[in-house]
Amino acid sequence: MIDTKITKALILGSGALKIGEAGEFDYSGSQALKALREEGIETILINPNIATVQTSEGVADKIYFLPVTPYFVEEVIKKEKPQGILLAFGGQTALNCGVELFRNGIFDKYNLKVLGTPVQAIIDTEDRELFVQKLDEINVKTIKSHAVENIDNARKAAEDLGYPIIIRAAFALGGLGSGFCNNEEELNALCEKAFSYSTQILVEKSLKGWKEIEYEVVRDRYDNCITVCNMENFDPLGIHTGESIVVAPSQTLTNSEYHLLRELAIKIVRHIGIVGECNVQYAFDPYSEDYRVIEVNARLSRSSALASKATGYPLAFVAAKLGLGYGLFDLKNSVTKSTPAFFEPALDYIVCKIPRWDLSKFQGVSREIGSSMKSVGEVMAIGRSFEEAIQKGLRMIGQGAHGFVANREISVPDIDKALREPTDNRIFVISKAFKKGYTVDEIHELTKIDKWFLEKLYNIHETSVELSQFNDISDLPLEMLRRSKQQGFSDFQVGRLLYKDKIDVDEASAIIRSIRKKNGIVPVVKQIDTLAAEFPAVTNYLYLTYNGTYNDVKYLGDKRSIIVLGSGAYRIGSSVEFDWCSVNALETIRKQGWRGVMINYNPETVSTDYDMCDRLYFDELTYERVMDIYELENPGGMIVSVGGQIPNNLALRLDKSDVKLLGTSAKSIDNAEDRHKFSSMLDRLQIDQPRWKELTTLEDTFDFVSQVGYPVLVRPSYVLSGAAMNVCSNDSELEEFLKLAANVSKKHPVVVSEFIQNAKEIEFDAVAQNGEVIAYAVSEHIEFAGVHSGDATIQFPPQKLYIETARRIKRIARKIAQELEISGPFNIQFLAKENDIKVIECNLRASRSFPFVSKVLKINFIELATRVMIGEKVEAPSKSAFDLDYVGIKASQFSFSRLQKADPVLGVDMASTGEVGCIGDDTNEAILKAMLSVGYKLPKKGILLSTGDAKQKVEMLMACKLLLEKGFQLYATGGTHKFLLENNIKATLVYWPSEKGMKPQAMDLLQSKMVDFVVNIPKNLTQEELENGYKIRRTATDLNIPLITNARLATAFIRSFSAMSIEQIQIKSWDEYKS
Amino acid sequence: MHKYKPATLVLEDGTEFSGYSFGNDQAIDGEVVFSTAMVGYPESLTDPSYSGQILCVTYPLVGNYGVPEDSITNSLSSFYESEKIHIRGLIISDYSFSYSHWNASKSLDQWLKEQKIPGIFGIDTRELTKILRERGSMLGKIVPQGEILDNMEDPNLVNQVDVVSCKEVLTYGSGKKRVVLVDCGVKHNIIRCFVNRGVEVIRVPWNYDFSNLNYDGLFISNGPGDPNHCTETVENIKKALEVEKPIFGICMGNQLLSKAAGASVFKLKYGHRSHNQPVRMAGTNRCFITSQNHGYAVNDSTLGSDWEPLFTNMNDGTNEGIRHKVKPFFSCQFHPEASSGPTDTEFLFDDFIKLL
Repeated sequence: MIDTKITKALILGSGALKIGEAGEFDYSGSQALKALREEGIETILINPNIATVQTSEGVADKIYFLPVTPYFVEEVIKKEKPQGILLAFGGQTALNCGVELFRNGIFDKYNLKVLGTPVQAIIDTEDRELFVQKLDEINVKTIKSHAVENIDNARKAAEDLGYPIIIRAAFALGGLGSGFCNNEEELNALCEKAFSYSTQILVEKSLKGWKEIEYEVVRDRYDNCITVCNMENFDPLGIHTGESIVVAPSQTLTNSEYHLLRELAIKIVRHIGIVGECNVQYAFDPYSEDYRVIEVNARLSRSSALASKATGYPLAFVAAKLGLGYGLFDLKNSVTKSTPAFFEPALDYIVCKIPRWDLSKFQGVSREIGSSMKSVGEVMAIGRSFEEAIQKGLRMIGQGAHGFVANREISVPDIDKALREPTDNRIFVISKAFKKGYTVDEIHELTKIDKWFLEKLYNIHETSVELSQFNDISDLPLEMLRRSKQQGFSDFQVGRLLYKDKIDVDEASAIIRSIRKKNGIVPVVKQIDTLAAEFPAVTNYLYLTYNGTYNDVKYLGDKRSIIVLGSGAYRIGSSVEFDWCSVNALETIRKQGWRGVMINYNPETVSTDYDMCDRLYFDELTYERVMDIYELENPGGMIVSVGGQIPNNLALRLDKSDVKLLGTSAKSIDNAEDRHKFSSMLDRLQIDQPRWKELTTLEDTFDFVSQVGYPVLVRPSYVLSGAAMNVCSNDSELEEFLKLAANVSKKHPVVVSEFIQNAKEIEFDAVAQNGEVIAYAVSEHIEFAGVHSGDATIQFPPQKLYIETARRIKRIARKIAQELEISGPFNIQFLAKENDIKVIECNLRASRSFPFVSKVLKINFIELATRVMIGEKVEAPSKSAFDLDYVGIKASQFSFSRLQKADPVLGVDMASTGEVGCIGDDTNEAILKAMLSVGYKLPKKGILLSTGDAKQKVEMLMACKLLLEKGFQLYATGGTHKFLLENNIKATLVYWPSEKGMKPQAMDLLQSKMVDFVVNIPKNLTQEELENGYKIRRTATDLNIPLITNARLATAFIRSFSAMSIEQIQIKSWDEYKS
Repeated sequence: MHKYKPATLVLEDGTEFSGYSFGNDQAIDGEVVFSTAMVGYPESLTDPSYSGQILCVTYPLVGNYGVPEDSITNSLSSFYESEKIHIRGLIISDYSFSYSHWNASKSLDQWLKEQKIPGIFGIDTRELTKILRERGSMLGKIVPQGEILDNMEDPNLVNQVDVVSCKEVLTYGSGKKRVVLVDCGVKHNIIRCFVNRGVEVIRVPWNYDFSNLNYDGLFISNGPGDPNHCTETVENIKKALEVEKPIFGICMGNQLLSKAAGASVFKLKYGHRSHNQPVRMAGTNRCFITSQNHGYAVNDSTLGSDWEPLFTNMNDGTNEGIRHKVKPFFSCQFHPEASSGPTDTEFLFDDFIKLL
């Protein structure tokens, strides 16, 4: 029986996307909210992540864009008086917050019932010692760890266990502060870091080389238990499961192994007393049936989101229902709609998850992958052979690979080492090793990857060798072509292997495509139905495969469907915001009486929830696959402007193939994307832009720089190493960068543009209809230009913009919209200095800030844009709707703490992994909420200041005064100290790491935790200067001390917490902000 | 390029699928059935309940972990479910020519060749499954290129139980309690489940009159094909019902016990063959995931008044077990011994042994 006393429930979100906690919790939270609302329960959501689907109108009844911390959650409880709370749907953030609230007695105090797994059970799984004890009670083997509180005991434990050992910080998300140590030296280094995250660390025996297997388990309060999915890591133990390629179901386990682990998982879950969903991870001996339980996650997780997508079983939805007291037998299988939710899905395909890393975005980061997570997103590929799934997946990660083979040659100085010590591109090292003649056995020895996987990869390699023995499609046996497609080769790969770049590879792929279509070598559409076709299912969850002969779907051909291209893997620069856009586009399409069809392959998203559309193709966003689907679906049109850059980049080619693109024409998209075309258009319209030039020689480059002056922004078209973009401040830097990093040539030109300092950056997000702007939002960056717009703190509506500037911006935007005949969403970025305005960029698609401005303004830009694109006449919202009495702040979330060695400084390339958006009655309140939401803590002790160049020092003077007035102890490095003294601000002088022997050292200050806030502004963007403060910034990050590296943001933050205390922050829900 | 020999799968209704031959290169006919189990092909293939059938495995990747080397001690196999492969033929999508497992001694292909069982791969097994689901299980044949096979014989016309049952009385294990096991095609893990619990097992042929044996409990095993062939077994069970010693039946055993209790059985459209069949214990909130392999089911509305359903299938509502209202007689349609499949219901062996 369900608990009818619960009429109002609170659910905690996971906040900004960060490494280890990404979009999967938007999916699980949205599902939980749907499950609660279905029961007529009023839902309250706390989540500052404004770009998510769950924080949209109609998903929860009330939404608080507030930090998910005990203080704010208690305040919301006080105000809303819910009867129940759900802790399992917001990742580790929500879980940790829940445990703390429980320990503080808050749930008892407000008579709040925890729905689902009891908090004590959560604690039993989170506290390693309790966990081991608990599993000992039922004779289940765990990795015995020694919990230690200091470094001496850690050493002792390591000696007892014998190296190699692994270190973990207790109570940390996704393996933060953990790692392997082969000797005492490594142990000393790692312990220091781990202790900064946690007062307790765990020393364990390393089981490197064992298989890693996971089970997703569901239990109801009647003790009924099922395992919905099991998964096997391609990479053996030692690589965090979030960093590992994973397949589902397991492929190398026998029946007795599969069911041994399944039985154990159920036994564990029953003993711990989970109600809802839970994940059990095992280490499994590859040479016997010996195992160890690694951990149990008593909540929805990345793996559970993956398992939901892999099986079609909506784990989060079911878990929420079970939390209300339902039995599994009460609920229906949401795919068949006739059979019960008490069953275990039978798959008739294989899924392959591959992580997406963005390590090249960071200066100095270590590329090795291991026991802590660095990836920022993931893809899931579905196929009916491993070869097919992995090749699809490698294309999906979107880092230039065309599959396992036929890629651009990578240079690997030491293949053995690169196989033994995994990096983010190890799979491609395997490909290279095969080419160099390594055997499966040799690679297995070095990698410990199960030979089954390697044999399958070898099959792909072998086929590629066979294909390259032919030179023309007419010589290639059709059976060979078919087999290649069954092994997941794209037309591009086949084309490249046959024609060896003798003809243009796009042309080659076109030839392959037409020949195979002529010969009936086309993919078929298969359904994911949870029961391997045993029962009829009306499922709309689809994928394409060449390992089959018949389509599961009948096509109506009535042209009443519209395909929306999704955004692919989450990556730095394209994240949950485009999922929100995609979902809203689908909703609008369906509301207007069309069938919405989604193509996307990111398991962490809501757009790949088959409930969100009429048909979901969980498949590639390549030209080839999109065309395959387009030809099958024969839709009324296709939308390429809501999924970020991936669909946008396809527009021109799709248009050339007569795909009916809705909204702005592909030609206009190209005119905005192509730097030359766009620039000459701006000239024609007499719109100013920073001077730039595309250059192919060093001499020309210096010539150009002498005209515009330093600093300049340099964008190479082909990057050898390091970041793709760089700012150079003098000749020597420019020369060094161009020689070492960019390799300038005719084939690889660089774009050099004038870099305007101390200019404001302004975003213009809008929707136009036939070239006429019908809705817009102007927002301003808190930071000056130079910080990537994806990293900047954005204020909307702008509070410090000249009216004249705003007017000019609108005028320019109108001109551009008219000229490009925009119909749909678009975004323009401007630079403004005084009232001098320049256009930097224009995208004829939805931008990152669309959900933020839509939600602050309460006008859904995507809904408007979609209606425009499907051809409705849309009335512009009334002018007064753009007048707001409150302020929204979008702040960025960085994950530097997980990216060992990376310099946590902001620059022209984007580095943030997520964002929050908070609303306040004024800027200070909104800033404070937003900064607390991205994890800043207000300082209580001391502040370490290095405030950059003269201009920035002046800029920060007021803020420093405020700090002094507030009674903070200020510490400052040389130049800053001198400047502060001159301005009568008392501070203690501290020394840079390079000033050896001088005391006090800034580093000692950090280590001893005498400061709890660091402001470290690089003087300029030269490499030398960046390196100067690197140690301080990195140490602050490693020790988890809040750090700001931008003067404008630091000032805004200091102002906000000087102006008001946390207690003064208003606890207001989204709907309480009225314009 | 590897050259594989083409082969064709032909169904009774004329539907054809092209694929490639593996295993033994020979034409074969049988009743085509599908199983949605994702692991356990060595166990499935040696399950006597598949006698007469060509098995289509819906999970597309098969052969991954090879096949373990088996040894038979006292007619009990160490890894398999019987002494040999019982399926007539195997239909799969993607065969894994390379296998990887510490316990494997040969490939699936090699094993099929040794046991003279043909296989076909490269088949759209999902489409085949949909056809079987919609039109019901039907006869079919695997025909490698160059082979000819005209007729297709319905294996259900033959008493398959007689084909697979032991021909003489065998005993296993030792202990205070002794169970007579009527072998209609018993899976060896059932015997292991008893022996591991310290029970002596006397395995008798399906039509053996055990009434003169000295035993504490009667067990009726699983088995292939149409239960209506086993009238002799039903008669023997009827006699045993009068003795009132505990009785336990699995799968075919459930159907035969039901028949002895007066109920009728009917052929399911396409049977239950999977590892994920949900059943609910009558009158409780207790649900279990079970391993199943059967083509016939008990019509529980025809049970005698002293009997009642014990388990029900949560997918289609069919009977999954019966029990006597007062006497220690019960049976289940699913496989509590698992192997292959989930082990949730192994406790039924303990429940039975407690009654002895």
